[in-house]
Amino acid sequence: MSFPLLTATAALPAIGAVATAAVPAARRTAAKWLGLAFSLGTLVLAGIALARFEPGGDRFQLTESHAWIKDFGVRYELGVDGIGLALMALTALLIPFVILAGWHDADPLETNSSRWRPTQGFFALILMVEAMVILSFEATDVFLFYILFEAMLIPMYFLIGGFGDRAHSGSDENAAAQRSYAAVKFLLYNLVGGLIMLAAVIGLYVVAGSFSLSEIAEARANGSLSMATGTERWLFLGFFFAFAVKAPLWPLHTWLPNAMGEATSPVAVLITAVVDKVGTFAMLRFCLQLFPEASKWATPVILVLALISIVYGALLAVGQRDIKRLIAYASISHFGFIILGIFAMTSQGQSGATLYMVNHGISTAALMLVAGFLITRRGSRLISDYGGVQKVAPVLAGTFLIGGLATLSLPGLAPFVSEFLVLVGAFAAYPAAGIVATTGIVLAAIYVLVLYQRTMTGPVKAEVQGMADLKARELVVVVPLIALLLFLGVYPKPLTEIVNPAVQHTMSDVQKKDPQPEVEAAK
Amino acid sequence: MENLIALLVAAPLLGAAVLLCGGRRLDRAGHWLGTLLAAASFVVAVVLFTDMLGKGAEDRALHQKLFSWIPVEGFQADVAFQLDQLSMTFVLLITGVGTLIHIYSIGYMEHDERRRRFFGYLNLFLAAMLILVIADNYLLLYVGWEGVGLASYLLIGFWQHKPSAATAAKKAFLVNRVGDMGLSIAIMLMFTTFGTFAYGPVLEATGETSEGKLTAIGLMLLLAACGKSAQVPLQSWLGDAMEGPTPVSALIHAATMVTAGVYLIVRSGAIFNAAPDAQMVVVVVGAVTLIFGAIVGCAKDDIKKALAGSTMSQIGYMILAAGLGPIGYVFAIMHLVTHGFFKAGLFLGAGSVMHGMNDEVDMRKYGGLRKYMPVTFVTFGLGYLAIIGFPGLSGFFSKDKIIEAAFAKGGTEGWILGSVALLGAAITAFYMTRVMLMTFFGEERWRRTATPSPDAPDVEPAAETRGEHAEPHPHESPKSMTIPMIVLAFGSVFAGGFFSIGDRFLHWLEPVTGHDHGDAPIGASTVTAATMVALVIGVAIAWAMYGRKPVPVAAPRGSLLTRAARRDLLQDDFNHVVLVRGGEHLTRSLVYVDHTLVDGVVNGTAASMGGLSGRLRKLQNGYARSYAVSMFGGTAVLIAATLLMRAV
Repeated sequence: MSFPLLTATAALPAIGAVATAAVPAARRTAAKWLGLAFSLGTLVLAGIALARFEPGGDRFQLTESHAWIKDFGVRYELGVDGIGLALMALTALLIPFVILAGWHDADPLETNSSRWRPTQGFFALILMVEAMVILSFEATDVFLFYILFEAMLIPMYFLIGGFGDRAHSGSDENAAAQRSYAAVKFLLYNLVGGLIMLAAVIGLYVVAGSFSLSEIAEARANGSLSMATGTERWLFLGFFFAFAVKAPLWPLHTWLPNAMGEATSPVAVLITAVVDKVGTFAMLRFCLQLFPEASKWATPVILVLALISIVYGALLAVGQRDIKRLIAYASISHFGFIILGIFAMTSQGQSGATLYMVNHGISTAALMLVAGFLITRRGSRLISDYGGVQKVAPVLAGTFLIGGLATLSLPGLAPFVSEFLVLVGAFAAYPAAGIVATTGIVLAAIYVLVLYQRTMTGPVKAEVQGMADLKARELVVVVPLIALLLFLGVYPKPLTEIVNPAVQHTMSDVQKKDPQPEVEAAK
Repeated sequence: MENLIALLVAAPLLGAAVLLCGGRRLDRAGHWLGTLLAAASFVVAVVLFTDMLGKGAEDRALHQKLFSWIPVEGFQADVAFQLDQLSMTFVLLITGVGTLIHIYSIGYMEHDERRRRFFGYLNLFLAAMLILVIADNYLLLYVGWEGVGLASYLLIGFWQHKPSAATAAKKAFLVNRVGDMGLSIAIMLMFTTFGTFAYGPVLEATGETSEGKLTAIGLMLLLAACGKSAQVPLQSWLGDAMEGPTPVSALIHAATMVTAGVYLIVRSGAIFNAAPDAQMVVVVVGAVTLIFGAIVGCAKDDIKKALAGSTMSQIGYMILAAGLGPIGYVFAIMHLVTHGFFKAGLFLGAGSVMHGMNDEVDMRKYGGLRKYMPVTFVTFGLGYLAIIGFPGLSGFFSKDKIIEAAFAKGGTEGWILGSVALLGAAITAFYMTRVMLMTFFGEERWRRTATPSPDAPDVEPAAETRGEHAEPHPHESPKSMTIPMIVLAFGSVFAGGFFSIGDRFLHWLEPVTGHDHGDAPIGASTVTAATMVALVIGVAIAWAMYGRKPVPVAAPRGSLLTRAARRDLLQDDFNHVVLVRGGEHLTRSLVYVDHTLVDGVVNGTAASMGGLSGRLRKLQNGYARSYAVSMFGGTAVLIAATLLMRAV
């Protein structure tokens, strides 16, 4: 038996979580370094997985399969296609930066340093989330995926509720109340989604007699398993609802701004760049693959909701006064693009959506982490508390601008590639949808540039006067992310190479062909 | 030879990377590095040009494919370059004028502590602009298109500490983004129609699709052109863009970037030729902007804003010519090149004046400067004669050709367009004479600036005033600034004649753009004579108003039209009320709706389903932890149960 690489990639951060939590209270710094080491080790394993993956090979590679709960046919079954692999690699890539950026976020305040080892807990929880997210990208058993999908809520809940952003306007108690409200809202929204999904998972088992993705897909393909139209639609809706909460899709999005606003910036990155991707990933993996007919049936409504998300999220971002909430609403707009790309059901749309997940992860991480550095310095999240920062901290301002330009999908940076693919893919199948979505191009420029103008330009505000520029640790976080945005913007081929075959499989699952160009169709 | 093409872009791109990432160590030599790399790009351009001249007219185009950019099923986007006569013309203009302006900036930005960064941005601009004109497909053109937009944003807002500069930069980017939306949609349409967006396949296949599709693509391309080239209705950003340092105004907002829209239309000629309705709209946009910009140019007291109005108007001429189809393509580009010389020269002259006048931009506080700045006076004067179309100078040849082409459109249309173009020539002569007289002739009004004059309420504050109030001591600028001005003055004088003798420029471009003589109702000499009459009328009126009597230091109230023109014909006010205010109300109410309605309804639905809201309220009161513990416990039990079942 070969080395279980996928298990190892998920197990390593899990072990890291336990190890970090076990570090004695006094050795706070050691715990940080230990956490970082484990996250880097995971990144190495993910790199090996990338290297071992053959783009033209089997659909699922590096597979592992073990019986788990025999009575229900639940198996511990892992495997990655290009899409899962890309997202797994993204997760492994971002966690070291999240840890580095949050280096001091869980240092105890002097006043209540007697609290229970918060530092160790913070980094252990991050690693725990990493382990679960990575495993969820690898799981090819529906039940296994469901368990992970739900279980990752627990560490996330504690990360949001237990380690809030110290920059807040009200009293400490008020902030604590808001934080726990945000954490509970996050939990309840996702829990409700999860419960509905659980019903659908059980329903699927009743119908299909199996939890194995490959078995069900095969049975559907060779006709040995046929679902009644109504059954398929109900099951689809059950799955989709849970993913739409997590992604999040309008109107189920309201938990995200609260959660991202109240959490520390690295945790906000964890939410939007990593955990939420499980939702959009699962739409591609489970909704389209298990319920192709129902997916097509629901497409018109989902496209409309995606378009609303794009425009509505962007407009709300324009209207925000809090930097982190602004980024949260921008993310809602971007999730709209991802879902639009998935349900346009064209090669360009789906490749674009997958690339979008990766690129959005990197660009939001860059923007949000720099925003976090800014907020930590000034102790406020309000845009109006800033002004003229570029004069005192030009490197901070410059990196913030690049993060912003990536967010507005400037050509040359990675998000442009994915956004344009989604637009073209959507336009080819549904021209009106493509045109509505292009308004996002203008709106994104508004919220990014207004944010930059208000915080960074103009006369230097008194409170900003002594602000220090980025430190070495912060540069180590930001520079690689920016380099990656540039690289993937100019040369996305390494990514498209592994994603394309997976997209072709999905296209054949839903039995869709790309619309022919008019000139060729005429011939 | 084709392997050299990438070098054109690589040199300034390297400069941008080094200068922007290099840090303070490069502060002392950065401007030299930037200038050197711009010049290197120009040298490469000249080498390629000489090589091109040695070949037959039909096989001059060079191709270079670097790599496959976005390989996705059914979608092919390459990083590949195409250098034909049209691109070559632009490459020479961009690198040539670009290098001159780099040299000029060495002196102009000498006292700016962020000079290194300025040169980094200038190099970035050159690289992006070169990508724009040598891309071999529309998607790569888009990269250059937005790249120059970014450079423009960074340079307009170069003095970011001034709120007005930061606002102007943001406005330019946003208005341009509206145009970019058009370019995106055009590319998407090409993709669904032709299955590609490379120039070759698209432009050759125009016959295989319907006119309706082509009209749609054409109109979307025009929208893009309107944004970048500041044409009505997306022109509002150009005046504000004068907040940028003057070399930027000369290079980006006069000679090169703003003409990208003309390039786009001429490059897409095959599409427009097959879509007469789209062409009609192009012509109308050009004609309207031609007059619009000219009127605005008449009313501005800020020398740079007057020149900006003029730029708008002159690009209107080019767009008009491009809309005429094969009758006008060549002349659109010819005017673009000559305009590149004289308008860049005029802006550099304006910069030189400001340099000697404590950065004062209000022409009412100039006057009689010809004695103090002889070189500036002569070079600016030659640029002035060129732009009004004084016989024998560049503008005379290129503008005359466009007016002729407008008449040659034929029918009533031809008469209307020709007359508009003639009217534009008269207004051009008027406002440029006004600028000339107010700046270099008349009383030395700057001597009186010591006693503060009550500013008229309508007058906008000067753009580049950096807060120095002492009486200026006008002086000539250093050599690094005057030499580029002299070189550009040469171009302003001789380029037009050089291009026109023996129809050199026509023969050069015709293989790419095609040419058609059209159907002229009146002879060329009649048109020239009419143009001369228009010129004389314009100059005479200006002399009567600003030459014969003294110019008041405070702007008179002026007629209704003047006051409207000072405010860019109220277009900004419209934008502000409808778009800015309206948008603010919309987003604010949406924030409210999101908070109360959407959140409320979703929470409420959940509540009615499971009594969650009651629990939510309880949790807010401090039961969060206990709830979370029970949650955790629940999941633990679930997992334990599943594991147990396995054991059984």
